[in-house]
Amino acid sequence: MPHNQSFLPLAVLCAVTLVACGKSETPPATPAATSELVVKIGASAPLTGPQAHIGKDNENGTRMAIEDANARGVTIGGRKVHFELLSEDDQTDPKTATIVAQKLVDAKVNGIIGHLNSGTTIPASRIYSDNGIPQISPSATAVSYTAQGFKTAFRVMANDGQQGKVLGEFASKDLGAKKIAVIDDRTAYGQGLADEFAKAAQAGGAQIVAHEYTTDKAVDFTAVLTSIKGKQPDLVFFGGMDPQGVPLVRQMKSLGLNAKFMMGDGGYTPKLIELAGAAAEGTYASLPGVPLAEMPGGKDFSRRYEAKFKQPIQLYAPYCYDAVNVMIAAMQQAGSAEPTKYLSGLAKVSYDGVTAKISFDEKGDLKGGAVTLYQVQQGKWQALQTMGGSAPAAGH
Amino acid sequence: MDILLQQIINGLVQGSVYALVALGYTMVYGILGLINFAHGEVVMVGAMVALSVSQLLIAAGMPPLLVLLLGLLVAVVVCMLLGYAIERIAYRPLRNAPRLAPLITAIGVSIVLQNLAMIFWGREYHAFPQLLPNNPHTLGGAVINDVQLIIVLVALAVMAGLLLLVHRSRLGRAMRAVAENPSAAALMGVDINSVISITFMLGSALAAVAGIMVSANYGIVHYYMGSILGLKAFTAAVLGGIGNLRGAMLGGLLLGLIESLGAGYIGDLSGGFFGSNYQDVFAFFVLIAVLVFRPSGLLGERVAERA
Repeated sequence: MPHNQSFLPLAVLCAVTLVACGKSETPPATPAATSELVVKIGASAPLTGPQAHIGKDNENGTRMAIEDANARGVTIGGRKVHFELLSEDDQTDPKTATIVAQKLVDAKVNGIIGHLNSGTTIPASRIYSDNGIPQISPSATAVSYTAQGFKTAFRVMANDGQQGKVLGEFASKDLGAKKIAVIDDRTAYGQGLADEFAKAAQAGGAQIVAHEYTTDKAVDFTAVLTSIKGKQPDLVFFGGMDPQGVPLVRQMKSLGLNAKFMMGDGGYTPKLIELAGAAAEGTYASLPGVPLAEMPGGKDFSRRYEAKFKQPIQLYAPYCYDAVNVMIAAMQQAGSAEPTKYLSGLAKVSYDGVTAKISFDEKGDLKGGAVTLYQVQQGKWQALQTMGGSAPAAGH
Repeated sequence: MDILLQQIINGLVQGSVYALVALGYTMVYGILGLINFAHGEVVMVGAMVALSVSQLLIAAGMPPLLVLLLGLLVAVVVCMLLGYAIERIAYRPLRNAPRLAPLITAIGVSIVLQNLAMIFWGREYHAFPQLLPNNPHTLGGAVINDVQLIIVLVALAVMAGLLLLVHRSRLGRAMRAVAENPSAAALMGVDINSVISITFMLGSALAAVAGIMVSANYGIVHYYMGSILGLKAFTAAVLGGIGNLRGAMLGGLLLGLIESLGAGYIGDLSGGFFGSNYQDVFAFFVLIAVLVFRPSGLLGERVAERA
């Protein structure tokens, strides 16, 4: 008897589940042939927390590309397309990144532009790969991102292997630094870049006299800087982003540590100069790619960006803009926005972007990525030299 | 030797700020047995208000010292009002609720304040104007600049003033009475609600002072700056014995010194096995060790009395 009683609700439950399943599958299966095709582009960057200003810049770049595409009217496979942006905040946090990645996957996005940091991009990339969704990171530069063997992982920027090498050679050879102190923020990006830098600097004949650590939320570096000061380096390299770079360079000056200061792409922002003021003078930084003014469509892009968002480009907005357009180009070539259909096209795409001519190698890395070195001179970032890459070299 | 001295100076400057913020935690805990997790955000609001005021006044062409004093005044007043409002809205209705409830509203207030500040002042970092002289002084091979010197002196003065207030004044006696036994204090004619409000306002005023000192030292202000500072200061309060004013000061200074000496020497002492990435591990290890042997913190003895 009890068996019979418990069977009925179970049966009802099964039936309801079946009906519910059937229902949820119907809407995407029968879109009217004449209506617009809606393509969802997922984007993720830190929109809160210490790097929110850079994350918002990424979102702006992505949004601009999507609004431009909607305005000019893109057709894919003969159907008019409306692009939709789904932007998520990953808080610079690897754990949150995997949560928002799953959320974007569940929302059935057609592709991902993101994430900003290597530390969030790498854990999220497994989720996109498992679900077969193409991911183009505008700014994750850690070597390991594309070394995982995921077919869905791409980036539109030279990686830290290339960037660290250029920085390390420049420090040890061009600047002639003999004793170098390295600080990193223990993120996948900062640590990876600092290690690549140290390797190249040692190969160039410099000695690494100290390797100190901090976090991507710290503001006080006096303790590690004092310890570094005792080792009298010619140059201090910091693998990290500008929220730490600003107080770090200020505290170097106030402690009387008169060494040269160098960062990677995380330091190449107008904010660094605005906030650190006179202390920023002489700081070196690099950015994969050629200077904005020398990018194929750089001047026009920055003018339109400033008109639209009423603020200057912080860092990666042009790369986000290109990432979206590369994705759209691959969709148009494949004649479909289905991830499985256009993924193979993405690997073979060749696109003339704002930042460079974009095509990917077999790992998903940008082919022939250039790296440019900059220095703060009289309160402005000045390009020193561009190394590598197929793009035209910058003059002095 | 000069490196050791420099590390001690670094630790004292950092520790003075921790101590000032820790006082706010410990005053509220002493009286209500409540951990006011929104306190770190009050520090941030103080810094942000001072930033806005000084930007306005500098544009009007006032001299830096006057700008600083007016900025401080406005920030202190705004933070006192904020502290009063937080207590009135988020804690007073829950005063007799289980202790978990006000803890959760405290976290809620902190998130609300952080997001309001983000909407109002924006996501980006702001440069805090240099209102104080920044000349470096050499002291036996170590460097300390004017701002840092002022931080240490102001912190000491504020702490001394607070001790005098609590132990010598009529208001202080009322505060100690409420801390010891609220219902008995009420029967003796102490207005509990106003004493608690004043405690929150005092703590918030200290937070405003701390916020301005931090901003002047690092030169940058950000809506997120309060959360880590608040967490560290809370740790300092627990280290010294939460609920005890002298404990908060001792805990703050100690935490600053431990962090600075830990980060500076841990690598050399362990032969490179541990690096400065163990800075926080080291600080929290000391905290655990202290709590194992003295569960109520270094100077905390009030906890048993309260229960």
